[in-house]
Amino acid sequence: MVSIGYNSLLVLCGALVLGALCGLVGSFIYLRKNTLISDATSHATLPGIGIGFLVAFALGWEQGRHLPTLLAGAALTGALAAFTIGWMQRNTRLNNDVAVGAVLSVFYGAGIVLLSIIQRLENASQAALDSFLLGQIAGISIGDIYLILILCAVTIICTLLLLKELTLLCFDEEFAHTTGMSVSKVDIALICLMLGVVCVGLRMVGLILILALLIIPPVTARLWTDKLSNMLWLSSAIGGLCALTGAYLSASIEHLPAGAAIVLCAAALFFPSALFRRHAA
Amino acid sequence: MSDIFWSIDFPALLIAMLAALACSLPGSFLVLRRESMMADALSHVVLPGLALAFILTGSLGSGVMFIGALLACLVATLLIKVLREYAGIESGAAMGIVFTSLFALGLVLLEKGVGSRVHLDAHHALYGGLELSYWPLPHTWNNIPHAIISLSILNVLSIAFIWLCLKELTLASFDSVYAQTIGLRRSLISAALMILVALSAVACFEAVGSVLVIALFICPAASARMFCDRVHTQLILSAVLAVFMAVIGYVAAAFVPALLGFEHSLSAAGMIALVGGIILGTSILCAPVYGVLQKRK
Repeated sequence: MVSIGYNSLLVLCGALVLGALCGLVGSFIYLRKNTLISDATSHATLPGIGIGFLVAFALGWEQGRHLPTLLAGAALTGALAAFTIGWMQRNTRLNNDVAVGAVLSVFYGAGIVLLSIIQRLENASQAALDSFLLGQIAGISIGDIYLILILCAVTIICTLLLLKELTLLCFDEEFAHTTGMSVSKVDIALICLMLGVVCVGLRMVGLILILALLIIPPVTARLWTDKLSNMLWLSSAIGGLCALTGAYLSASIEHLPAGAAIVLCAAALFFPSALFRRHAA
Repeated sequence: MSDIFWSIDFPALLIAMLAALACSLPGSFLVLRRESMMADALSHVVLPGLALAFILTGSLGSGVMFIGALLACLVATLLIKVLREYAGIESGAAMGIVFTSLFALGLVLLEKGVGSRVHLDAHHALYGGLELSYWPLPHTWNNIPHAIISLSILNVLSIAFIWLCLKELTLASFDSVYAQTIGLRRSLISAALMILVALSAVACFEAVGSVLVIALFICPAASARMFCDRVHTQLILSAVLAVFMAVIGYVAAAFVPALLGFEHSLSAAGMIALVGGIILGTSILCAPVYGVLQKRK
């Protein structure tokens, strides 16, 4: 066993908590059959990251690499994307998949235009933005890790507080309605939780592959159990385990992108499960 | 016009227009069949195909790359189908699992297997190399960028296919029960459509990058859907809108910044996608019958 310093230990801790959080929130997203909206939302954080970078750069914060500002921007455009998708579903004749695909590509395109402006800035640390696309464990600062851990804790607490409402929403929308619960409000809350997870995961897993961490652990867990409480535990455990293993591999093997390592760990658990438990779903 | 326009901007503009046409035609059927996220999935899956093709053959030839990417798309389509039908996993989740896993595999292969030996990287895959096309035009017609040739062939193929199978494609998109009763093999026509989508995604991916591929598949077709109910009009309108989107987007990225006094141009692929979004937004609001403003009145 390689000896691990305090910083690396914190990073691994962060990965573990992030993975477990993804497994938890992802379970509800999967049961609500809304997985693709997280795809669009995560891609749509790119323009927000660009805007955050420009703002932080203009204010002279860490040459634009100021994580809280970047994440605030990401949350902003991610929320805008989720809202746009919902609005298109309610008000136009276009189907859900079209709304998701259009919003995803247009927001991502806007992000790329912003990045092409940022590339030209002088004295800015553009290279830092690369880590948001594909995730990076190396070079993550101690302040960033604390921020990630705090955000994870807040999101987990919110999810646990809403556990009953979310369960009703996923299984019995009709009944939820009759109990006087506002279905649309809980739906929005779920989207917000998902958005929080996506933003927290940007730095480590990257915006393209955070989707995998939201989908694969819940689907794998669902193959093994029919009970919600078991599914939540199992999915969080799988998510945490994959993120931990992936982050460790990425830190110890050179040039192994963190996001990719984490997703491949998850896939290594999913595909055998799907093969052996195909009748379960 | 200057030499720079003819040798750099003109070929890029031509490639963008051809790619727009090639994606918008099958895109209409994807939108009608509620399968538009397949465009997203396939455009990500091209990456592992390219990486594997290079690692196995050691060549960066466009033929090898094309076959590798196409095979990856077909494998992904099959995997999604298997997960959906035999493992009973919901369609969106199945797509998400397959394309993220394969994309992650592609990234690792690129980093560990290909390394920095060759110019094949994730950035290029995401943003495309529209600005990199070069054709020494005013002086010679030789050295046509191969993207122009492959995209032209693809367009001829896809127009011919849609022309010949329009009735079957339409029926299979709308009324699958009726299609089956008259003996139409829906799975066969779906498979043919998916192969066409994969071909377009692969051919355009190389030229314009994965993000723009998704925008070109979905935005023009969705905008056209706001205006019309007939498949003929849908196809023609979405093709026209796609080419329009490519031209306006390219011009906005390449020439407008210079007019405004900025030194550098912007990302053409991103700008075309953005223009696609503006066109779609305008269509959603202002379309004569189905538009939101019309409904509010």
